[in-house]
Amino acid sequence: MTEAQKDFVQDRETIIIKGNVAAAYAAKSARVQVISAYPITPQTTVVEKLSEFVDNGEMPGTEYIKVESEHSVFGAVVGASKAGTRTFTATSGQGIFYANEMIHWAAGARLPIVVAIASRGPAPPWNIWADFTDVISQRDTGWMSCFCSAHQEIYDEILMSYKVCEDHDILLPKFIAYGGFILSHTSKPVIIEDQDLVDKFLPPLPSEEGWPHIWMDPKRPLMFGNLIMPSSFYYEFRLKIHDASIRAKEKIKKVAAEFEKTFGRNYGNGLIQEYKMDDVDVGVVIYGDLALQMEEAVDQLRDEGYKVGMVKLRHFRPFPTEDILDIAKKVKVLGVIDRATAFGSQTGGPVSCEVKGVLHETKGTATVLPIINGLGGREVSLEQQKEQLKKLVKYHETGELPKDVIHGTLWDGLLEVE
Amino acid sequence: MTKLKEALESCQEEYFLPGNSCCAGCGLEIALRWAMKALGPNTALVTPASCLNVVVGLWPKTAPNFPFTNMAFAAGAAAATGLSAAFKAKAYRFPGKGWDEMTAITFAGDGGTADIGIQGLSGAAERNSDQIYVCYDNEAYMNTGIQRSSSTPHGAWTTTTTTGKERFKKNLPAIMAAHDIPYIATCSISEPLDLYDKFRKAKSIKGCRYIHILAPCPPGWGMDSSESIEVARLAVKTGSWILYEVENGIMTLSKASKPLLHSSKRAPMMDYLSKQKRFANISEKELIELQEYVDHTWKRLESDLSCQEQYPK
Repeated sequence: MTEAQKDFVQDRETIIIKGNVAAAYAAKSARVQVISAYPITPQTTVVEKLSEFVDNGEMPGTEYIKVESEHSVFGAVVGASKAGTRTFTATSGQGIFYANEMIHWAAGARLPIVVAIASRGPAPPWNIWADFTDVISQRDTGWMSCFCSAHQEIYDEILMSYKVCEDHDILLPKFIAYGGFILSHTSKPVIIEDQDLVDKFLPPLPSEEGWPHIWMDPKRPLMFGNLIMPSSFYYEFRLKIHDASIRAKEKIKKVAAEFEKTFGRNYGNGLIQEYKMDDVDVGVVIYGDLALQMEEAVDQLRDEGYKVGMVKLRHFRPFPTEDILDIAKKVKVLGVIDRATAFGSQTGGPVSCEVKGVLHETKGTATVLPIINGLGGREVSLEQQKEQLKKLVKYHETGELPKDVIHGTLWDGLLEVE
Repeated sequence: MTKLKEALESCQEEYFLPGNSCCAGCGLEIALRWAMKALGPNTALVTPASCLNVVVGLWPKTAPNFPFTNMAFAAGAAAATGLSAAFKAKAYRFPGKGWDEMTAITFAGDGGTADIGIQGLSGAAERNSDQIYVCYDNEAYMNTGIQRSSSTPHGAWTTTTTTGKERFKKNLPAIMAAHDIPYIATCSISEPLDLYDKFRKAKSIKGCRYIHILAPCPPGWGMDSSESIEVARLAVKTGSWILYEVENGIMTLSKASKPLLHSSKRAPMMDYLSKQKRFANISEKELIELQEYVDHTWKRLESDLSCQEQYPK
């Protein structure tokens, strides 16, 4: 922490809370107008804390709809957002899959809905622990998505996300994902920012007219979402979603810089956050809670003389293509660590696939070694992460893939079966 | 009941405009036109997947002259709940601007109500979501080409019940009554003034209101487009479609259906069935079963009416 950051921390309300509660506080700080939610492990404490806020009168004017399923959760926030209100919800794993239809709908209608995801592994068999396959499965819906690696980051990223999503040049929904239980149910100090400061940082709540492109207003009667012929603008609307997502990269960077200026906390350039990436031979791209522990692994290996560094991937959509290209020019070997699966793909890991795609046909960039670990909440220890780094260093030095690579990917931390 | 002259004078405004692409004789069109005359302009409508998604016009044409949004099949009731919540949130932020006068309605077909939408509808009803949920019932998936729904009657031909449907029609208004919501009504397009009054009443009530309209479909039912209203009227006259209201748990038969408590007043089912090609191949047994079903329904209704008490408020 820099001296400037220390100054910022003083005089702030710092409370020790769960990651889920940090998400609820962020919704409160953002003065969301309509919440709809349905309980699912490990998201439940978000729902509970928001109920407490609303019932205690701490969120005046906020409507909280407790529905009967995730499909209805997203139906309700889509309806509420269409009418021009700031909306929020939170869910996990199966809830995302069940709501998939409405998730597409929200992006197609260009609604700036912000959703916290306490990520968990898809069933079967039942799994409720950290695994980002749930949020990554929504890759092609048009939603932006990002990963948090710390409690404070959950609070901060939700605030930043409203600013990005509601920008009239962007108007897209966004997922803010963090590992189930590892972040959702553990407690850490979190600064809850001064309301006046948050109000100044965020865009004002939507005006009476609502969003610029969609409204439900008897003074301006219009129909939305009607059938459109192949010869009409459906195709062009799709391009516009992609275009907005790509343009959001600059907005995300701008908002991260404004956030640091206002609140004193740095999140790299918003899209990625480098850690000790100067003078490195070997680097890793990693995301979510494991990124935090990896910083320690990098520190310890650097103390031992290894030239290693890491890059925390903050955003998955839009994907930081240019940043990854830059990183891949700095290192010889790049490990890409997924806590998620993309079955049957080139690498089996969604982010490593993405990175390989970015580097394809670009000369002079790093060799990528895809790594998968921690699926369904499987513990990944500090020692294991140090070993991962050492394996990458050995790969760099000898050019030989680790022995236990399966289909070109290191599935690290598998149980040993005879 | 509002007099015809009075109704015509007070609701000259059209909210569902000419140029929409409804089939001639479409029951849905009549239902929506009259419902909107009763509800007026401060109404925002959600329609999940159904004929209504299509007949309102291909983008960017728009036949509804009021706020209208299309919605995914199972999400009608939830989206209208969202609209209703948003109007309340807007009324809080912008007081005195009329946002508290908005009525959110869902306008869904029988498939979107009785089948894929029933979970969301039941949830909305249990929460007493502040909306009017309307089911326009044409007794099959007409938009996709006449496939059976749980609202298709026994014996009816559809493209997925080619020898006639085995099961009887799901009684959705009764299911909604079991949710103890403030207002439930059944309507028929053959009784537009009754429909008009029921929507006016529904508008004056807060909470979850459910209105189920029998809306014949000439191509789906196999009849001439000039016969929609006549067939809808026969559905009422035979007693196979019963017009009533349930207000705070108290059921009242509507004017057109009330006399039919006496079985002698009910026209034989054959009068209704014989007008529609979808029943052209029903067996003698099915005909008897349909008549018995109607008679049994009325017996049960009579018993229910005799023992109902006001639900304590």
